[in-house]
Amino acid sequence: MSSPLTVTVNGAPIVVPSGATVAVAMVIAGKACRVSVGGEPRGPLCGMGICFECRVAINGQPHRPGCQILCEQGMDVRTDE
Amino acid sequence: MSRRMRQRFEVLVVGGGPAGIAAAVRAAEAGRRVGIVDDNATLGGQIWRGESEAGSEASRWTERLRSSGASLLRGRIFYQPEPCVLLAEADDLVQELSYEKLILATGARERFLPFPGWTLPNVMGAGGLQAMVKCGLPMQGKRVVVAGTGPLLLAVAAYLSQHGAEIEMICEQASWTSLAWFSVALLAQPSKIFQGFQLKKELVGIKFSPNSWPVAASGRTTVESVTISRRGKLETIPCDYLACGFHLVPNIEVPVVLGCEIQDGCARVDDLQRTSVAEVFCAGEPTGIGGVELSLIEGEIAGLAAAGRIAEASSLFGKREKLRLFAKRLDRTFRLRSELTNLPQPETIVCRCEDVRYSHLRDHISWRAAKLQTRCGMGACQGRVCGPATQFLFKWNPDSVRPPIFPARIESLAGLTGDSKQELCETTGGR
Repeated sequence: MSSPLTVTVNGAPIVVPSGATVAVAMVIAGKACRVSVGGEPRGPLCGMGICFECRVAINGQPHRPGCQILCEQGMDVRTDE
Repeated sequence: MSRRMRQRFEVLVVGGGPAGIAAAVRAAEAGRRVGIVDDNATLGGQIWRGESEAGSEASRWTERLRSSGASLLRGRIFYQPEPCVLLAEADDLVQELSYEKLILATGARERFLPFPGWTLPNVMGAGGLQAMVKCGLPMQGKRVVVAGTGPLLLAVAAYLSQHGAEIEMICEQASWTSLAWFSVALLAQPSKIFQGFQLKKELVGIKFSPNSWPVAASGRTTVESVTISRRGKLETIPCDYLACGFHLVPNIEVPVVLGCEIQDGCARVDDLQRTSVAEVFCAGEPTGIGGVELSLIEGEIAGLAAAGRIAEASSLFGKREKLRLFAKRLDRTFRLRSELTNLPQPETIVCRCEDVRYSHLRDHISWRAAKLQTRCGMGACQGRVCGPATQFLFKWNPDSVRPPIFPARIESLAGLTGDSKQELCETTGGR
């Protein structure tokens, strides 16, 4: 296993193991990925790119499926909070 | 603007799980020009995700695929602009994949049932939490309740426990009677299909409770406890995660969009795994939930058949038949009990994308009526989560799938020609 890497979630640095997906980074950070239409915090459900509950903005691209994208050093992840 | 790339294949395989890999291997080894496309970062599908142990079945097949000459592509199929062409999107790349024969090995997803609190963060699918742990989520010292139904629960509990989780309980809705029957079936056919049942060693000391199911999850910002109904009594268990899935649902969206005939929720195939659409084959879970061994055999048959190796394909029919019988028993064992239709309360959200509550749905007569009037199933998952749930709760039949098959970026749709662009704009409203 190579060394851990750091991404930022809404600007705050989060250390994740290499090979971690963005959805994993969000759960480690203890951050909801999105706020639902009715205002509820939501996190990953299916873990396999089906439910879209873990969608976040990654490096400025909105609505990316967090569970299908691997973290990269310095990646900027944002939720719509 | 997305980059575009065009590729032609004699055989195109959609899905990189066991069925897709076996199909691609067999067709490529028979000398065909093969492409295999999957939307995940690594091949292997959900079951083999992240497994790279030397000598394992997963690594043997993956190695064989790498040396078979098949092209491995990353992307998510979202549209068919014309016959024998599919579009796949990955990051800023749109690939136009044309084929002579197509093999659909799109796998399965978990069935989720709504109950109060199921939308709280850290309530995940059973396979969902396992996938997250495979992708690096630390479990050391975390308290997990595993609930729902199906052989996956045991495999997940064993996996999480190996990774340091404390499994508080496995709640299986099926009764002892049906489970006992299933174990007998397993003895009659020793098989690796569901390794869950051979994980006894890892499961020692874990409380396994049949006739049990979750009735509510509670917590402030994430789940803190789950209340289960256990042999007729309610019991509340504190936990950090609830891993909850009610067996599997075939992913038939791509076969549906291509016009393949569907029977009892599965793509109908003939002996050679051919669907009702010429040149389109289907293998693995979309033809009926059966596990990894059946998926492999079906994939092999489809790959050989697509490459014109009919005799070789036919030699595998016998083995497939035995595995299919087993799959039928599986279905019966883990059939959902009717009490589970009472899990949602009026305020319980059923459609998570659009926050549509049970009370707003129960008076509608059909999936279509509910969609039109409540937006149920109209969000990003396109009904993949609430569709199977409402099928169980209300006996609705989620009908046609409309393109794009998955939400795609506007840029990906931008290069399409007039007619197809219009069709997509009418159905999506963009994103």
